[in-house]
Amino acid sequence: MLSIINVLSIFFLSFLLFSPVALAKEPFKIGAVLSVTGAASFLGEPEKNTLVMLAEHINSTGGINGIPVEVIIEDSKSDETQAVLAVKKLLEKDKVLAIIGPSTTGETMAVIPIVTNEKTPLISCASASKITEPVKERYWVFKTAPNDYSAVEAMYKYMKGIGITNIGILTITTSYGDAGRAALKDMSGKFGIKILADERYGPKDSDMTTQLTKIKASGAQAIVNWSVGPGQIVVTKNWNTLKLGIPLFQSHGFGSKRNIQLAGKASEGVKVPLGRLVIWDKLADNHPQKPILKKFSTDYETRFKSEPGTFGGHAYDAFMMVVEALKKVGPDKKKIRDYIENNIKNWPGTGGIYNMSANDHCGIDSSAFEMVIVNNGDWQIIK
Amino acid sequence: MSVFLQFLFSGLTTGAVYAMVGLGFNIIYNATSIINLAQGEFVVIGGLMMWYFSEAMKLPFFISAILAVASTGLIGLLMERLTIRPVKKSDLLLMIMITIAVSIVLRGILMFKFGKDPYTYAPFTEGEPIHIYGAFIQQQTLWVIGITLFFIILIFLFFNKTMLGKAMKACAVNPVAARITGINVDKMVMLSFVLSAMMGAVAGIAVTPITLMEYDRGPMLAVKGFCAAIMGGLGRGRGSVIGGFIIGILESMTAGYIHSGAKDAVALVIILVILFFKPAGIFGSKTIADLRRF
Repeated sequence: MLSIINVLSIFFLSFLLFSPVALAKEPFKIGAVLSVTGAASFLGEPEKNTLVMLAEHINSTGGINGIPVEVIIEDSKSDETQAVLAVKKLLEKDKVLAIIGPSTTGETMAVIPIVTNEKTPLISCASASKITEPVKERYWVFKTAPNDYSAVEAMYKYMKGIGITNIGILTITTSYGDAGRAALKDMSGKFGIKILADERYGPKDSDMTTQLTKIKASGAQAIVNWSVGPGQIVVTKNWNTLKLGIPLFQSHGFGSKRNIQLAGKASEGVKVPLGRLVIWDKLADNHPQKPILKKFSTDYETRFKSEPGTFGGHAYDAFMMVVEALKKVGPDKKKIRDYIENNIKNWPGTGGIYNMSANDHCGIDSSAFEMVIVNNGDWQIIK
Repeated sequence: MSVFLQFLFSGLTTGAVYAMVGLGFNIIYNATSIINLAQGEFVVIGGLMMWYFSEAMKLPFFISAILAVASTGLIGLLMERLTIRPVKKSDLLLMIMITIAVSIVLRGILMFKFGKDPYTYAPFTEGEPIHIYGAFIQQQTLWVIGITLFFIILIFLFFNKTMLGKAMKACAVNPVAARITGINVDKMVMLSFVLSAMMGAVAGIAVTPITLMEYDRGPMLAVKGFCAAIMGGLGRGRGSVIGGFIIGILESMTAGYIHSGAKDAVALVIILVILFFKPAGIFGSKTIADLRRF
């Protein structure tokens, strides 16, 4: 009898002794600075959700080589000063190995000098090309979002193919619209496209028929709207009301099923350059991105009851790059940076197939986009 | 011609939205001299509640509309009881500050309840937009204009022909004198908040199919509606409506004939010029404005 108790107590004691050791392993710390609230919350919210979900998943399946990962998410409130403070806090107090984010271009530009000084890899989720260029000055900086220029390039290539050369552009007066407007203007010469009308509207405007009427009167063959938020729905509805007889192109910000639902029948025929995350179910089964997109999309939707959208995907790619680097080279900032630069090759992510190199810290181009048309309340890839 | 007409219709559409929000400001102002800067949030609550009852709970149109107006009225009542009444004796400016605080709190609650996404539902009448001389106008815009006109008449009759309305007006002009004549000032103030919240809710219900509605649309609606109200003359129902349409059409014409990037700035400059020559607004009287405390 006594022996049984002894055996049992030894058994339980060993449990008490060994399990804390496993738990007490110092976790890998990864920082994230995201615009969870404020003007850019449409970016930061899905990004935050994505990181929370991924971290839980990794820790519940044994961590990275048996070591748990701790993601410390700071809300930058869509503000550059807050982003700088958050990065300083992550570096000085939490001593993170790498930082994901910030969500917007302005915030990213503000924190680049700090991470460069502290020699910590930063993987931004924002899109402007100046984040990773000139690449020599961006030794520690990467990004997973495609350049603004890539979406425009995909759209212009398609326009050229169907003989559209004169367009009118309509952009929102926020940083998203400003970046899109600059890209649309800069790229037009290269593709021989003429911008006949350049109209704008505020983020809370309720009627854009004036701008659309002007674009039509300018003789444009197509309208390009570049915005996020309710404005793009209002434009779609107005375009449908006016029966202008010229196609409407939207930016990749339109890439959510919710937008089709909100605009209803008005959205039929709208053309959009989209990353493949939104249209994963329309891809061929042998597409290298399909398994990742399917898993991420369905996991996210079951957990948060909403679509991750293209933006959640940027955080996914950034996080998975860091995780893979940690798995291969361990907790060393310099080695993590080198790994991402040299070993992320033909790497299928949600944003595209990444090819990082010493000359390219973004790794994807316009091939990351597909031209998509809204047909019967669903996306359809234009072949 | 058709281009000009289209610009005009676009202006009427935005103007109708501003006019309706502007009307709500007048009710509280007429009863208390307070400018309620949470008026925009009432509009948002009306629109979102309508979505909740008609789309999420799948209730019939009229029941949803009544419930949306009633629940917004209740929020107006709570706002007055919890935030305005306890400090009633103090400075008018302080109370206006309180309404700003309430608007921030309401926005926070709305964000938690409804998230950051925009919402919409089907317009009141389905069907093709109306075609006039080569220009198009949405049916919903006509609804908004119609409802606005209906409410101006209703508000005019209420404040000028009914005892309750006249009593309410008296409270704003001189609360002490009103109390001496036996008017229950507390009740009137409370009633004005409920009525203007309900007015805001009606505006929200009517404009949501055009503009969509999300938690943070309130401040913009309040600013434009307030501009409409001061332009027409604070306290004047028809003033705020005409002010709203003037601002809407000015914005649209500026966007059409100058540039869409300049529309807010040009419209605002013209408003300033008008107020420079008529400080009490187009329909406001200077003598009355001088008598008011604010």
